[in-house]
Amino acid sequence: MSKNKAPQGELSLKDAGFVSSFKNGNAVTKASALVFGLGNLLHGQIIRGLLLLALEAAYIVYMISFGLNSLGGMITLGTQEQGQVWNESLQIFEYVKGDNSMLFLLYAVITIFLTLAILLMMTVSVRSAYATEWRLAHGHALPTFGDDLRSLRQQNLHVLLLVGPCIGIIVFTIVPLVFTILIAFTNYDSQHQPPGNLFTWVGLQNFKNMLAQGSALSTTFWPVLQWTLIWAVFATVSNYILGMILAIVINRKGTRFKSFWRFMFILSVAIPQFVSLLSMRTIFNANGPVNILLRDLGLIGATDSIPFFTNALYAKITIICINIWIGVPFTMLTTTGILQNIPEDLYEAARVDGANPIVIFFKITLPYMLFVTTPNLITSFVGNINNFNVIYLLSGGGPDSLEYYYAGKTDLLVTWLYKLTITQKDYNLGAVIGILVFVILATLSLLTYRHTGSYKNEEAFQ
Amino acid sequence: MKLKKFITNSIVHVILAILSFIWILPIFFVVLTSFRAEGGSYKTYIWPKGFTLDNYINLFVERGQLHYTKWFMNTFIVAIFSCLLSAFFVLCVSYCMSRLRFKMRKPFMNIALILGMFPGFMSMFAIYYILKGLGFLESGVMKMIALVLVYSGGSGLGFYIAKGFFDTIPKTIDEAAYIDGATKWDTFIQITIPLSKPIIVHTLLTSFMGPWVDYIFAKVIMGTETDYYTIAIGLWSMLEKEYIEYYYTQFYAGCVLISIPIAILFLLTQKCYTESVAGAVKG
Repeated sequence: MSKNKAPQGELSLKDAGFVSSFKNGNAVTKASALVFGLGNLLHGQIIRGLLLLALEAAYIVYMISFGLNSLGGMITLGTQEQGQVWNESLQIFEYVKGDNSMLFLLYAVITIFLTLAILLMMTVSVRSAYATEWRLAHGHALPTFGDDLRSLRQQNLHVLLLVGPCIGIIVFTIVPLVFTILIAFTNYDSQHQPPGNLFTWVGLQNFKNMLAQGSALSTTFWPVLQWTLIWAVFATVSNYILGMILAIVINRKGTRFKSFWRFMFILSVAIPQFVSLLSMRTIFNANGPVNILLRDLGLIGATDSIPFFTNALYAKITIICINIWIGVPFTMLTTTGILQNIPEDLYEAARVDGANPIVIFFKITLPYMLFVTTPNLITSFVGNINNFNVIYLLSGGGPDSLEYYYAGKTDLLVTWLYKLTITQKDYNLGAVIGILVFVILATLSLLTYRHTGSYKNEEAFQ
Repeated sequence: MKLKKFITNSIVHVILAILSFIWILPIFFVVLTSFRAEGGSYKTYIWPKGFTLDNYINLFVERGQLHYTKWFMNTFIVAIFSCLLSAFFVLCVSYCMSRLRFKMRKPFMNIALILGMFPGFMSMFAIYYILKGLGFLESGVMKMIALVLVYSGGSGLGFYIAKGFFDTIPKTIDEAAYIDGATKWDTFIQITIPLSKPIIVHTLLTSFMGPWVDYIFAKVIMGTETDYYTIAIGLWSMLEKEYIEYYYTQFYAGCVLISIPIAILFLLTQKCYTESVAGAVKG
């Protein structure tokens, strides 16, 4: 194997990227950018060369038969509407299938990804040709196809391991995401549903409608954004602080039956979330057990009920409280271990200085916990901004509001997004909201996450 | 001093008792209602007039919209396949990120970070159309395969916890194996994987539980085919206005039945999680 013969040479070959390979390579190497695998084929690496060539051929066939058309379709997004056209020669109306803007765009996105893949293969082809040329020039043996396969278990193990997951990620995450982001710049809403009606590019119009003062959309967007942020702050902070206090109380020396208490609280986390949420929805219903209990206790009239989910303010408070019920045990669970790691002598010293438990909590426990759990805190804040389940399964976003565009008073941006795409079929607006949520989260994470030690020193503990 | 300590301790225990009472109350109510003999939905009282097991028995009798056993089996099958596939993906990716050094490593991690910031179901209608284009939405069985793919397809992005675990395995172990002539592949299969049981179990269980609690994707993909519903959308549909009067008590029975295995799994996961955070090789 050439690797053993020339460890030095391997290193310099490894550094040869596409650009330097192309520059330093001879004519054959340069031609490999056009005819994939040429450099390998000419020097007897038949299988490797043929594989590269076959990929290129398949791509060219695809582009000629289908791909080029689909790229053109992306520009127009279809011109022929579905409908009937008068046929002069036969004297009848003919049914015309028409274009489908949605499919045009989808195929174009797929074509673009295939093109990117083939460009990647081009760099592979050139680098492979250069490696062959370099090895010949330096008198090393050329690796056979068997050697190539064997390298997958050694220096190219990452290729072998990542190929499956990456295909999954590209097909089920990246392609749909790119498609959706492009939709945000079209008018693909309930009025423009292909194939009956075509949609087309509208530039930044959707963003303007969403953000500019005065439009129907912006009178929904800003209040919903406001509530989303309020909700995320309240939900995160209340769960964090209360959960930590609960963990401390259970952990303290004097408390007995520690595992019993823990079990009692963990039970509410252990049952599936949708079960607890749906149950809570019925429990706080206008005729649900809570209202009945209040009636029996005489706190409200015999036929009255507190509008837990039908009054905007009550609904918001109820949801935050129920979220405490769901989230506090979870924080307790995750913080217990970290709390036990706080060095005991810190507390010892504080007690000698005469600090009471509250001072100890704010001066020692909280700073220590904040230091260790900042990434968790950010994650849970992000999770709360995207907390679809709690809102959708509890209140469904209600009470509905006439001032809003298909949103209720407790709708978060994500539940509004869900309603707009699934119920309303305003796909473009849903995509715009998704992008805006991303912008908010990305800014937030950049501001905070990059400052944490665990990001800066990823290798510190290895 | 002793008396003061006694009083504080008593107060703490009383507060804990009250709190755990509040935390248990809704669960108790669910269990209570699942045994209620009277049908219908909301009553003007809380304590049932009579008790029965019929709610549980009726779950297993096929009737109208209710296919509890089918829903259970659907979810079980989807969960098994998607947890195997996602665990495989997650282990591959996290091992690469933790142990192998290659050019695309940092970019990959940054891309994963960026993708994580988009709302998860923002592109669900695009996924729906892609699946439709690939012909996955033709029949119920194909829809179940589609569901498995949706649950596990992007799972490679969730590599953080497993990567953190692999990071705790000392690199000296790997180096010792290389000196003995093992390839990186051998090291992965014969050294790292056997040392990683807690994180493998944790990954398997987490992804196994996903389909039991997911509502959004199951609903979008299954649409109105109640035969192929998973348990989450099945139970949800029992609470819809036209069914709630018939299925209210059975809904609770279904909730209790499904909660027991999930709760047990969750407690197991927690145990593995604590173990995996503690690290692989104790020094």
